[in-house]
Amino acid sequence: MSGAVPLIRLRGLRKAFGSKQVLDGIDLDIATGTSLVIIGGSGSGKSVLIKCILGLIVPDEGVIEIDGINLAGLSGQAREKIRARFGMLFQNAALFDSLAVWENVAFGLLARHQISRNEARAAAVDVLAQVGLGPEIAGLYPAELSGGMQKRVGLARAIAAQPDILFFDEPTTGLDPIMGAVIDGLIVDCVKRLGSTAVAITHDMASARRIGDRAAMIYGGRIVWQGPAQDLMASGNPLVDQFTHGRREGPIQMELRR
Amino acid sequence: MVFDAIAALGRVVIAACGWTGRLALFALDGLSHLVRPPFYGRMFVRALVEIGYFSLPVVALTAVFTGMVLALQSYTGFSRFAAESAIANLVVLSVTRELGPVLAGLMVAGRVGAAMAAELGTMRVTDQIDALSTLSTNPMKYLVTPRLLAAAIALPLLVVVADIIGVMGGFIIATAKLGFNPYVYLHNTIAFIETMDVVSGLVKAAVFGFLIALMGCFHGYNSRGGAEGVGAATTAAVVAASVLILAFDYGLTEMFFSR
Repeated sequence: MSGAVPLIRLRGLRKAFGSKQVLDGIDLDIATGTSLVIIGGSGSGKSVLIKCILGLIVPDEGVIEIDGINLAGLSGQAREKIRARFGMLFQNAALFDSLAVWENVAFGLLARHQISRNEARAAAVDVLAQVGLGPEIAGLYPAELSGGMQKRVGLARAIAAQPDILFFDEPTTGLDPIMGAVIDGLIVDCVKRLGSTAVAITHDMASARRIGDRAAMIYGGRIVWQGPAQDLMASGNPLVDQFTHGRREGPIQMELRR
Repeated sequence: MVFDAIAALGRVVIAACGWTGRLALFALDGLSHLVRPPFYGRMFVRALVEIGYFSLPVVALTAVFTGMVLALQSYTGFSRFAAESAIANLVVLSVTRELGPVLAGLMVAGRVGAAMAAELGTMRVTDQIDALSTLSTNPMKYLVTPRLLAAAIALPLLVVVADIIGVMGGFIIATAKLGFNPYVYLHNTIAFIETMDVVSGLVKAAVFGFLIALMGCFHGYNSRGGAEGVGAATTAAVVAASVLILAFDYGLTEMFFSR
């Protein structure tokens, strides 16, 4: 990286749940405009890492800086101001069951921009069009949508307020390969259109190569490798190689009880 | 052996203190948003309709049968002492002071407390509460505070209805089945009741409403572990609310009526 301040800077991030040390000293820099994909096995701490950056989980130790501002020292409005720069697509979309699709999409706009409900609905329909959904979807409820449509609505909600940092938690989990590719394509389009910085976590290698221009692997609570996403399948790192090729044998030992 | 028992007792006491502390902080956080904008009026109205309007049938049915049973039972008891004329007094006093607020509270705890715990618990385990935070919305302010306020307002309104219907239940049995004069029965009811009887019941109802919402929200908001966790939260919310209603009923009765 150049000498410029990274948009997201993590140093010595640690988090334990009981006796399980999930994050054990994460150091990571993410430059403005980068699409970083974080890979790692189930339970390796990928989601915890993202939730720490989003402020949903408080780390035990370490520094999280956004544009050089340490989040640990912030509270109230200053923290909200930083948070307003984030958009997040959750693993299962996490749409609000009791609200119609358009209300889900416009939720952040209504919360942050104090616009009228009519304006919010019109804005939501525009954003839905950007993720390939028609206006007839706006009045439906999340339970009436397929998994792929829910993901697209979740993506629309994440980008509606035009955030400059987007987070994606397992964006293709639970989708068929074609729909997974569609979602990845939409994510890439949205990130480019908004000029955002993106952080995605996944263990879907095809998705990782489609979304990311850089990649990092988390194992044992630490970042064990990072580099260009195109090098993922031939990184030369035995941990990454075993993970990306899905080999049973190798340095990563799964905890199986027999 | 003795030390094991003491250690086990100590763990229970420490856990109870921890639970009480967490609950108190949760309640204070929820209440603090009553005076800190923004306010979510739409969520408040929704909660008020859900808790108040949709609980009317179950509360009304409970009240009418309670009034009817009270009249019937007290007649069988009082007739042994030739004190049948006190039935109107007993029904109105029991319903307004105790049975109206307590039974309405227990019914609403079962209906609304469980629903709140299940809704918030599901939102927790499906990341919807985290999603609120990422959308610049404080989940306590959006989900908890409107429910606490709505329940504390809705339950006294329900109890007013329960009081009227409960007394009417007693009136129906006394006049239609036991042969009381309707005018005399109503006259005795109105003459005997005092403002404090009704006000104490309504204050109790407001406290019970707050407790029901607090238990529903607290257990739902802090639920963990998928469907099983949501189920456990729902059960805990109803049980805790029911026990607290009965415990606070005793405390409030002491406060209002002990000499």
